[in-house]
Parts: sequence; structure tokens; C-alpha cells
Amino acid sequence: MRPRLWLKIVGMLVGLFLTVPTLVVLPMSFSSARTFRFPPEGWTLEWYERLFTSPEWTTAILNSLQVGLVTTALATVLGTAAAIGVTRLGERGRGFAVGFLLSPIIIPNILIALVIFSAFLRLGMTGSLFGIALAHTALALPFVVIAVTARLQGMDPALQKAGGSLGAAPFAVFRKITLPLALPGVLSGAVLAFVISFDEVVISLFLQSPTALTLPVQMFNSVTVQIDPTISAASSLMVLVVSVPILLAQVIGARRRNAGRQR
Amino acid sequence: MTTPPSDSGRIELTDLCKRYGSGPLVVDNVTIDIASGEFVTLLGPSGSGKTTTLNMIAGFTEVTSGRIRLGGRDIAPLPPHKRDFGMVFQNYALFPHMTVAQNVAFPLRERKVPKAEIARLVARTLELVDLADKGGRRPDELSGGQQQRVALARAVVFSPSVLLLDEPLSALDRKLRQSLQQEIKRLHAELKLTFVFVTHDQDEAMSLSDRIAVFNEGRVERVGTPADLYRDPGTRFVARFLGESNLFAGQVRPGGVYEWGGHKWALPAADGSPERDLVVRPERLRVAASSADVPGEANQVPATVTGLSFQGTHQRIELDYGDGVTGTAVLSPDAPGADLRPGTGVTAYWDPAHQVLVTRN
Amino acid sequence: MPAVTTVSAPLRTGLSPAGRRRAAGLLLLLPALVALTLFFLLPMLSILLDSVTDPEPGLANYVSLFTDGYTLRVLGRTLLVALLVTVAGLVLAYPYAYLMTLAGPALRAVMVTVVLVPFWTSMLARNFAWMVLMQDGGVVQGFFRLLGLGEVTLLGTTTAVTISMTQVLLPFMVLPMFSVMQQIDRRLLLAGQSLGASPFGSFRKVFFPLSLPGVAAGASLVFVLALGFYVTPALLGSPQSALIAQVISVRTRDLLDFGGGGAMGVFVLVVTLAVLGASRRLTGPGAAVGAAHVMAGGDR
Repeated sequence: MRPRLWLKIVGMLVGLFLTVPTLVVLPMSFSSARTFRFPPEGWTLEWYERLFTSPEWTTAILNSLQVGLVTTALATVLGTAAAIGVTRLGERGRGFAVGFLLSPIIIPNILIALVIFSAFLRLGMTGSLFGIALAHTALALPFVVIAVTARLQGMDPALQKAGGSLGAAPFAVFRKITLPLALPGVLSGAVLAFVISFDEVVISLFLQSPTALTLPVQMFNSVTVQIDPTISAASSLMVLVVSVPILLAQVIGARRRNAGRQR
Repeated sequence: MTTPPSDSGRIELTDLCKRYGSGPLVVDNVTIDIASGEFVTLLGPSGSGKTTTLNMIAGFTEVTSGRIRLGGRDIAPLPPHKRDFGMVFQNYALFPHMTVAQNVAFPLRERKVPKAEIARLVARTLELVDLADKGGRRPDELSGGQQQRVALARAVVFSPSVLLLDEPLSALDRKLRQSLQQEIKRLHAELKLTFVFVTHDQDEAMSLSDRIAVFNEGRVERVGTPADLYRDPGTRFVARFLGESNLFAGQVRPGGVYEWGGHKWALPAADGSPERDLVVRPERLRVAASSADVPGEANQVPATVTGLSFQGTHQRIELDYGDGVTGTAVLSPDAPGADLRPGTGVTAYWDPAHQVLVTRN
Repeated sequence: MPAVTTVSAPLRTGLSPAGRRRAAGLLLLLPALVALTLFFLLPMLSILLDSVTDPEPGLANYVSLFTDGYTLRVLGRTLLVALLVTVAGLVLAYPYAYLMTLAGPALRAVMVTVVLVPFWTSMLARNFAWMVLMQDGGVVQGFFRLLGLGEVTLLGTTTAVTISMTQVLLPFMVLPMFSVMQQIDRRLLLAGQSLGASPFGSFRKVFFPLSLPGVAAGASLVFVLALGFYVTPALLGSPQSALIAQVISVRTRDLLDFGGGGAMGVFVLVVTLAVLGASRRLTGPGAAVGAAHVMAGGDR
């Protein structure tokens, strides 16, 4: 069935709507103006220089990396263990556990930010990067659970039986069969956890302090509190850092599918 | 060279029962004594308890009550990995993240066999299943038949005393199934292990097994050699499940008579319950154009031909005996029959020595 | 080892293998459950408690949501924006997702990338981009002038917030739709036509009903996300056109009014759960009806 012309045109317009607006950050980041005038009238590399040299931006980048890595480690370990644990429960326990593990997904972020802010305020944990990482862990945990569970569900349960019948003790089966086979799910869960943390604004905004600013908070402040064009350099960098790997993955995936078809 | 008779591969199942929670017994007092080196098939329809029984032997399913002994030793408390059984699964269950050779080496590694010995055993076993050149491949690069041969190699490489096979051929197409049946038979002959084979395919069971245990609703209906079970099925279920039969649900009458639908047939020897079915296997049945052509000593019944097919080595005639009872006769290709048409009335007859009685449950 | 014993396994080892498996499972789950309880469940309960006790016990915080004259307007505006964003998203996403299912492998890879890149790209970068476009003298204003709409101030208005949020949330609409549409057997459409339906009739009576679960999933997801969305309204809106998330932020971060902010949060949560529950109820029978329709002959 061939798509009609008008459908193609609509599809193209939607595609442009999805991509083009974001791309204005690229020329913006080289604009010499101190305002956000677009299109730019002159060109400069000043904002990139500032992004990588001025302490407020470099600290924010390092803070975000730290929070992201701690979140990734915690969410991946806890989420993977939980996903494997869930498969061993009975029917009813499984439903309950999965429901609880996934619940942060359906709660609006603003509400999570609010409740965690109030709790941390009482515990004196606001303004700490570790506190932000803990909050991000609660946010990212469901995504790791989903990624690992999807992988485990696709696994033939006979594989674990086979391991047992061939002489592997339960822990050896877990280490040599279950874990390696779940690994792709674990890895994609880890990537998700990192991106979620690295990109998270609302909770970090609530929990921020002058010593605990993440990159998104710094960006947010640079348009709301003061006007700092460095945000355009930061935005461009983030767009590139995310787009290039996805593009590559898609291209490689398409190539592989083609090769598979020819074989 | 013959191996001295040993008991190490003998499996005794005694009053084995399984129920889940407070549900009904899915395995109901199963007792089978499998000799060392024997090929025994657990045969039955799905849900008959055969797979559950195998899983209890393997240790994947807990025993509710009863005993499982291997070589005289109670193995019920042992977890699967200490039972030392090789097992082959329906969907191969090859580890997708390991090569063929790594799969086959897995049980040896788990047993801390020295490296050089592992290499030797893996090479020898892959050769045994004719896959010597495929050691470096990943399982998903092999065909279904090759994968199942890898699974066989992996299950026997560590010289277990027993090989358990859980419907290993059901995922393969018919042609492959036959060639793998030969492969399994050859392995059994070469390795002299005890084979416990689960299947729902009666032809597979008949052609492979030393003995067959027929399962029905959690119970073992009968245990015997394929020929014994075929000749004397004993129960209506076994008669129907193993091979085809002409089965008449009549009554044993006093004085050596069996009565069905108003017909009275000679019954040379009959003791026990009168409520039994009379079974005649298709190849024992003859067909005559009319009652006059039937030899005097034969039992006979009028029938209507409903279908004919010529199959080269034999011809099959589908028969309707009335009362909703149908059956089949298998005749030699040159037996008279060419003039039969669907709808023709004929007389089916048989030598009373070739009929058997079976119980009704 | 002494030979024969008739006691069955569970009695001897204390814990049956199944029981041991379950115990190991619980042990693996425990850290995650504890973490979620500490950093999610307990704070949530504490806010719930605050909302009925702070500053004094009672439902005053909830009553004032509807009586203070301001909050109700904000809630209404938020629901309206969420609805607009959802409807606009549906209109844009459906043809796009449909086209994705028709495209060849290369084009499909491009189309998937186009959806995935914004999905993964920094929320802030994308909202910043909209800020640049929407500003006075910016590109969108110029575009509106070209259309003869005159000088429209966008930044700080609900219009700007709605347009930007539609774009920012669009991937969440496209992806569930596509994943459902992808599983629809295209031969069903041909079957529908062979049974006498026109191509469009076949689409309307076969494909469309089957795609509804994806539509409901995408729409409810976007609606719920829009309801609690903070970044876009904070950057592109204004206090005069505030949405509920901004008010919650001001109430709690600036005023430390956890009772009042908590009540608003709970209200958003209740609407969220209601929408998700309704969508689940809709998709279940919807999908079944669609499938039954096809099985019954497709065109009736």
C-alpha cells in the first residue's frame, strides 16, 4: 500500500516540527550578541570557551556527571536485583512488587520534587549532590526494572533448568547464565538511568544550593535569573551528544537489517 | 566388549505423587522400575503427568510423596545440579551467549575437569554427534536439528548415568525428526546409558523404546514393550492411544460368547469382568464381499465402506459398523478390494485368536 | 550414606526449593523496595498528611483550592492546556505514526531517529530553543506577521506554552501509537478491501479500531505529563498565565507552604490516576472489540 502524497507531506511537516525548532540552538551558540537575538548577526566562540572555563559552568557539568554516575550505579544495581527478584516471586507477590517498583513513573515530576524536597528539608538533606542522586535513583529505578524485566521475560526458562541439570549450582546458574543474558537489558537500563538523571530539572531545582547546582539547573537559572548566552553552547552540546549516537545506532541497525535480509 | 551389568543407572519410582497446593493429584502413585541402560518412554497426551514425572526425576519439581531412587540411593533431597542426570529440552535450551563448544564444555567446567581433558571430551562428543566442525559457531547459526544434536552432546559429555529427554523432537519437522530418532537410538546403543524419554507421539515411542509407560490422567496405565502393548493393550485408553483399533464396546456373555450390537462372537478364553471392550487391530481384519465368503471359524460383522486409500505397501479401508462405531482394515495391496466403493456393504471378519479384550476405564 | 528413607524432601531440608527461590527473590528485591519506601513512599505519605494537618487539621487546604478564586482558575487553565496539547498531539502524531508503519526500512530509520532525538535531547535545550523562537522580534512572531496576524506577543502567554509543550511532548504520543500500529497485520486491510470495503473504509473500520489502544496510551501519557509539566510554563509562560506546577513550586519552594502545595499535588495526582485508569479501561475492551470486529469479517 503506497502512502498518499498529502500523507507524505503531513509526515514531513511533523518531522520538521519535531527537529527544526531545536536546531536553532546551534547557530545561536556562535552568536556574538549578548541577547538571544535570532538569527545571529555576528559570530564568536566565546560561549563555548565560557562553558568549559568559567567555574560556574564547569562545576555544574562536573556536578551533573557525578550525580549521573551515582544515580546510574545505584539505580542499575537496585533495579537489576529487583527485576531478577521479581521473577522468583509468586503470582500475587509479583504483581504487588512490580506495581510498587513502577509507581514513580506515573507520578508527575513536580509532585515527586515537592515530596522529596519536603522530606529532605526535614532531614537536612537539601543542597547536597548525594541527596539529588538519591532522588534521581527513585526516578530512574522503574526504567531499569522495565529494561531488565523485558530482557528476562524473553529468556527461555528452560535455560536455567538446563544449567541446573548440567551441574551448575543456583548461584553459578545466576552468574554464568541469567546475568550474562540479562546484560543488554542492564546496559540499556544504565544508559536510561544516566540520561534521566543528567537531564532532570525539576527535582534538582528544588534541591539546589550554591554548592549543589547541576547543569540543567545552571541552564535554567541562566535564562530566568540572569541572561547568560552560554546556555546556547550548553544546549548545542547536549543536542549533539545525544543525536550523534542515536543516528549512528539507527544507521548501523538499518545496515545490519539489510545485511540480514541479503544473507 | 560388554560392560558388566551395573545398577548405577537404575531408576526406581515408587508411589510417586505430585499435587500443587490443594489441587488434584497431577501425578498419581506412579511406580516404574527402570533398569540400568534401558530406554524407557513416558508416553501420554498433554496433561497426563508425564512431564511432571520427568521434572520430579530431574529435581525441578518437588515430590509430594513417594520415592525416587537412582542406583538404590534416594535422590529426592538432592537439588538438580547434584543429581548427575543429562537432560535434553524441547526447545534445545542452548545458552545463546556461548559457542557450541562452550555449551558442551559447560557441564565439565562446572565439575572442575582439567582443561586438556575438557578439550578432549568436547572434541570427542561433538564428533559423536557429527558436529566436529561446528564447535566455534553460535547456537543461532545452526539449524534446529543441529541445535538439538548440540544439546544431546552437552547432556552426555559428562558421562551421566541417566539421560532425560523432554519431548526433544517435537520442535522439528517430520523428516528431521526421523533422522534424529536414528541419532538418539545410535547414541543409546553406543553410550549404554539409561534413557528416559518423554513424548506424546506414539510412533516415536514405538520405534525408540525398550519399554513404554503409558500415562493417562496422572496414572501409569500400562508398562511394557512396544510389541506387548500393541498386541495386548489391556485398557481401552492404551488401545486407542497406541496404534489404530476396531473397538467394540459390548458384553462378555457366559459360555465363551462376546455380544455386541446383536452380534455374537466366539470368545476362546475370558475370565474377569464382563464389562470389557473387544479390540481387533486393523491388520488382523479381513474383508469379504458377503457373509458367504467368510471362513466358518471366523468372527464377523457387517460393515459399510466409507473410504479407501491405496498406499503402495498396503491399502486402507475405512469401515462403519453402525451405532457410531467406525474402524479400519489394513489389507495387502493385492487383496481383493479394487471393486469396493464407498457405500458398499461388506462383511468384516477376523480369527478369534487375534482379538483381545481390554478394560473400559 | 544410609540407603532408603521415605521422608520427602521438604521435611528434611527445612525450606523447600521453591520456598528458597522465593526467599532469594525477596532478598534481591529488598534494597530497591527499601530505597523506594524511603525516598518515595514515606515522603509521599508525609505530604498527604501535611495536606490535611498543616497549618491545622482538616480539609481547609482542599477547600481553598476551589474557593480562593485563584487556584481554580489555574487548575482550569492547566486542564485546558493539557487538553489542547493532547488534541494537537493526536492530530500531528497519528498520521506520522501511520506513515512510519508504511515506510521502507531506510525511511523508517530516519523517521524513528526524528522522534528519538528529541525524546532523548535535553528538555532544557529544547525549551530554550522555543524561548529564542518565541521572543519578541523572533522567528515565530515574524511568521505570524507574515500570515497577517499582526504583532502577536508570544513569550509569556499560554499560546506559547501550548505550542512548545505540544512539540516537546510529541514523541511520547508517537512512540506508543507506532508500537501498536506496527503490530497490526497489514493483510487485514487487504482482507477488508477484498470483502468489499473501499481503501478508506477498510482503514476506518479495520486499522483505526485496532490502533486505538496506542492512541489511548499516547493521549493519556501526554495529558498526564502536560498536567504536571513545569519547565515549559516556567520558561515560556508568566506568573499571570501560571500552570499548576508553577504554583506548586512557588507555594513550596518560596513559601514553604507544604499543606497548600501538597493539596495541589494530591489533586494533580488524583486526576492523573483517574486519567490513567480510564485509559486502561478504554484500551482493554477497545482492543477486544476491534479484534472481534475483524474476526467477524472486518466490514460490517
